[in-house]
Amino acid sequence: MKSFEYTITDPVGIHARPAGILVKEIKKYASTVTVAKGEKSVNALKLMALMGMGIKQGDTVKVTVEGADEDTAAAEIEAFFKANL
Amino acid sequence: MISIQGKGVSTGVAIGPLYYYQRAKSTIRRYEVENTEAEWERFKAAQAKAIEQLSELAEKAREEAGDEAAMLFETHQMMAEDLDYEEAIQGLINDNKLNAEAAVTDTAAQFAEMFASMDDAYMQARAADVKDVSGRIIGILTGVVQGGIDSPVPVILAADDLAPSETVQLDKSKILGFITEGGSGSSHTAILARTMGIPAIIGVGDQLKPEYEGREVIIDGSTGNVVVDADEATKSYLLKKLEEQKKTQEMLNLLKGQPNVTKDGQSVRIYCNIGSPDDVPAVLSNDAGGVGLFRSEFLYLNCDDYPTEDYQFEAYKKVLSDMGDKEVIIRTLDIGADKQIGYFDLPHEENPAMGNRALRICLNRPEIFHTQLRALYRASAFGHLGIMFPMVTSVWEVKEAKKMCERVKAELNAEGKPFSSDVSIGIMIETPAAVLMSDRLAKEVDFFSCGTNDLTQYTLACDRQNADLGRFYNPHHPAVLRALKMVCDNAHKNGVWVGICGELGADLELTETFLSIGIDELSVSPRAVLPLRQKVRETTVADVREKLVGDLLSDENAI
Repeated sequence: MKSFEYTITDPVGIHARPAGILVKEIKKYASTVTVAKGEKSVNALKLMALMGMGIKQGDTVKVTVEGADEDTAAAEIEAFFKANL
Repeated sequence: MISIQGKGVSTGVAIGPLYYYQRAKSTIRRYEVENTEAEWERFKAAQAKAIEQLSELAEKAREEAGDEAAMLFETHQMMAEDLDYEEAIQGLINDNKLNAEAAVTDTAAQFAEMFASMDDAYMQARAADVKDVSGRIIGILTGVVQGGIDSPVPVILAADDLAPSETVQLDKSKILGFITEGGSGSSHTAILARTMGIPAIIGVGDQLKPEYEGREVIIDGSTGNVVVDADEATKSYLLKKLEEQKKTQEMLNLLKGQPNVTKDGQSVRIYCNIGSPDDVPAVLSNDAGGVGLFRSEFLYLNCDDYPTEDYQFEAYKKVLSDMGDKEVIIRTLDIGADKQIGYFDLPHEENPAMGNRALRICLNRPEIFHTQLRALYRASAFGHLGIMFPMVTSVWEVKEAKKMCERVKAELNAEGKPFSSDVSIGIMIETPAAVLMSDRLAKEVDFFSCGTNDLTQYTLACDRQNADLGRFYNPHHPAVLRALKMVCDNAHKNGVWVGICGELGADLELTETFLSIGIDELSVSPRAVLPLRQKVRETTVADVREKLVGDLLSDENAI
């Protein structure tokens, strides 16, 4: 299991479009990816649940990656967060 | 061969298969299913079809407008296959033995509720996305098609009549022409057809029968004739007419790039009326000088709830930036009367044409007006914007509306959001009160635009939607033309320009009269631009002015 923390810089937070591109990115990997904010956590493949978290600019999320390709997946997903969110 | 006579409201000849508009059923049937397994399979099949449609739409959007535009449909696609969404539907089918349509409806409501209860306006608006996606799946389950047309080839579309919200959602690439059972020359179907530049025939009543569906029809918008399974002679005659139509268009195309100036040097601006950002390519390809009337209602008709400031901003920005440095006059919300929107929750009125509509709604419900003006001013940074208020009767209304503009500008300044300092403000002249007060109103604004459809209706006290009043509804009535002259005189005394944005603007029989009374701008449907330019360029105003202005007052014209 790999994990990293990230603070959202996108002014709109994880709303529909960024959530959509995130789900699309995560689909590439075999690992299960979870996004947690505070007590709440969701499977990052679940678009509507992800949007339902209401993650805003300045919120810190914990992203957990678990599975066969977790090493590469975690690194690439972290890079993706930095570039897009 | 079957020949049917209706009333042509948009000219041109078109040939194609007849297709009846498919209307979504407003109520979803709800029943208990025996075989839940089969019901789940039904859902899965509909879901797969929806995803396929959305992926086609995404591809189409990508080609036309890039990745950003495609993302909306891709997001919808992901919503359709969202795991929680699926699970909720499966639960309702398996545990409650609910049919798929009802299960999707209930699940959509549940998810929409989740979004609607979030404390973020953007996320709240996503409730509409969930409903949209679910509506598509339900449509597939019940056999109703999104956009009303499910045909691989373009068709002649038949309907009883089309509501404004239906016309905005039509897949316009699939329509060659319209036939409606009811309707009037100023109905929304007629306006849409003229904007699209395709023929439309209304008022065919029950002569057109659903069993003709799929058969070849030819419609001639200039005569109002509809022919089903034409015989050889009729067909060759109409095809020849279609050919001539194409030739005329080629001749008109030569006028592109030419100025709208009379033989004796009087210029007039020719602009376009549009109803959605999709109409902009037609404006540009017909070489119009700007947009004289952008009906902002489509934004409200397209939504299930009040459109947000950002949503409106994007639409206005798109039109303004697509039009480059050409002027775009956007009319603020003009609903009420014949244009009703459910979520506005307006009480039933006995006399809606004279009721709570247009600017009156905006002044009565300032929060709606405020959102629209903020979106407009923010968009003004991206082009050359004019804002126009509809349905004015008094000077105080204009003052109050302008006060709201000032408030919005002050807010944007404080927030550091950019807007143009050069936004002109105008009003529609469409009530007799506005005509009679035009000398005073001119001191408040930069321009007038005469909405001749309503101006005729109110001046003649004659309902333009009532098919029985045809001969009483006469836009050439001298009362209407005198009103226009009075408006021009009062405007010009105060340095204010005057346009016409009603149907009358494109009426070539009146072009000389309009030039004679000094109209500065004519805003017409895109395909009327070049014929109007041709007419202007053939006119010598000095030769006709005295007679035409005299005609407005003469005894023999006092009909």
